[in-house]
Amino acid sequence: MKALPLSAGALPAVASTTVRRVRSVRGVAVAFWWVLSIGCFAGLWEAAWAVGWADPLLLPPPHIFLAHFSDQAQAFSSSDVIGEVSTDSAYLALLTTIVASSLRVIAGLALGFTCSVGMGLLIRYFKPFGNITLPTITLLAPISPIAWLPVAIFIFGIGNPPAIFMVFISLFFVMTLSTISQIDAVSRTYLNVGAIMGASRRQLFLHVIIPAILPSLFMTLRMNLFGAWMVVLVAEATGVGSGLGQIVMLARNTFNSSLSFFTMTLIGLVGFLFDVALRQIQNRVLFWVPPSAVGRL
Amino acid sequence: MDRPLSAKPPLIACRGVGKRWETAGGTVTALDGIDLLVDRREFVVFLGPSGCGKSTLLYLIAGLEQLTSGTISSGGAEVTGPGTDRGLIFQESSLFPWMSVGENVTFGLKLRGMGTDERRSLAADLLRKVGLADAADKRPDQLSGGMRQRAAMARALALRPEVLLLDEPFAALDVQTRSKMQDFLIEVWRESGASMLFVTHHIDEAVGLADRVVVFTARPGRIKSIVPVDLPRPRDPRSPAFHALSDHLTDLLRDEVDRAFAEQERVA
Ligand SMILES: Nc1ncnc2c1ncn2[C@@H]1O[C@H](COP(=O)(O)OP(=O)(O)O)[C@@H](O)[C@H]1O
Ligand SMILES: [Mg+2]
Repeated sequence: MKALPLSAGALPAVASTTVRRVRSVRGVAVAFWWVLSIGCFAGLWEAAWAVGWADPLLLPPPHIFLAHFSDQAQAFSSSDVIGEVSTDSAYLALLTTIVASSLRVIAGLALGFTCSVGMGLLIRYFKPFGNITLPTITLLAPISPIAWLPVAIFIFGIGNPPAIFMVFISLFFVMTLSTISQIDAVSRTYLNVGAIMGASRRQLFLHVIIPAILPSLFMTLRMNLFGAWMVVLVAEATGVGSGLGQIVMLARNTFNSSLSFFTMTLIGLVGFLFDVALRQIQNRVLFWVPPSAVGRL
Repeated sequence: MDRPLSAKPPLIACRGVGKRWETAGGTVTALDGIDLLVDRREFVVFLGPSGCGKSTLLYLIAGLEQLTSGTISSGGAEVTGPGTDRGLIFQESSLFPWMSVGENVTFGLKLRGMGTDERRSLAADLLRKVGLADAADKRPDQLSGGMRQRAAMARALALRPEVLLLDEPFAALDVQTRSKMQDFLIEVWRESGASMLFVTHHIDEAVGLADRVVVFTARPGRIKSIVPVDLPRPRDPRSPAFHALSDHLTDLLRDEVDRAFAEQERVA
């Protein structure tokens, strides 16, 4: 549900109760379809297993790959510990793994967002800078982030930096070009208002152009979120040393289909929570986006 | 069309003003040979068929566009860019959605380095003057169209302009709101002591507001005729004198609208 804190507060009390009721009814409806949708998906899978179409070794249905939660969690304990690991520390390992991957995504997104928006602004603010950098950026933009993986490892070796770099690079060129096109698309009227009010070029960028472009740039960021998760998993799978991507690789190498689906479920959930979080930030901080552009659950 | 109405120097002086737009489809002459003097405290309305260059002339006076011939001066100084002596009100809502109404109204003062507290109390004053006393902390999208235009006026008035340039400011409003806003504008005009340059294609709006109506020809925009409106205010749109004037303007405009249509058909 989209939060409308300010407009709801402005309505008289009676109207706001109605609004709240309408909203909670809609919330229930949304939840209903969520449960039904996932229920149907899982149900079909379970049915396929029940009638023997889905081989439980290759396509274990949810009740199997979610059943041995603590066993699954064992896999997340760091690989140099051999033998049984206590369940508690296994859960801790699972949590650490998720957090490690998440932090890489967050660091990469934050870095990528700031640098690319800054780059786009510089390109439009200082014309010669734009002239010298834009052709190269335009040329580098279409290179798939995956192709940067060896470069990331050459430069940064093993560990967090290459994974963060991968997220950064997956965002940087797209967002830089997007920033530029957003700057060029700022409403003529807003720029005219700035000029009429006597804004200097710097003030125009600071008070008009940046606030005008931020909401749609945040949309671009959200759309690139799943891409960022993808490159982090690839980076982790190819040798960062830890993280959800490494578990996926482990599942593949040990032919552990249950673990594979279990990890996929985690990745899906975490990615979804990320999107929800970004959407909340967008609603709170960048409240001037038209609701239609925010998207709904 | 120079007009030695008063001995005092005019506020706005357009002499031989022309504007050509260079577009991908070729050169468009939007304005040609505009001579116009506007006195202090005068209310002048630009009336003409759509596309005749009324907005263009307003933007030239505002200093937002460069003219291609002639000169424009404001308060005796040549116009080379925007200045606080000239405020502009746009047709569409031009409040920044990322600022509260109060912040919007004092945006020009913020650019000049006025502190937050001072601006806050000034915003309250300005908004009270335009009948939006409680709107300072609201967001622009919580205001109606008419309220937004009043806030835009407060924003322009904050810089104490000598002339307000209004580009069809009420075109998007419904008829009742529009008529209220016209009354309101007259009050603002009286109180602020500024001149008004008001663009419209509504004949009744022109007669209701203007000291003088400047009628434009179809493209290229030239001044076809300047019609003084000597009706006492408040004006009654049902009075015979009002009707006579609006009939006169209708006749003047009809030829131009026909010509504009013929041109459009020829081009299409
Ligand atoms: N920025 C621009 N670039 C090119 N042509 C323009 C521009 N603005 C206006 N024109 C052209 O100039 C003419 C006059 O436009 P405008 O001043 O908006 O007319 P009006 O306000 O009287 O309807 C039109 O033919 C329009 O297409
Ligand atoms: Mg116009």
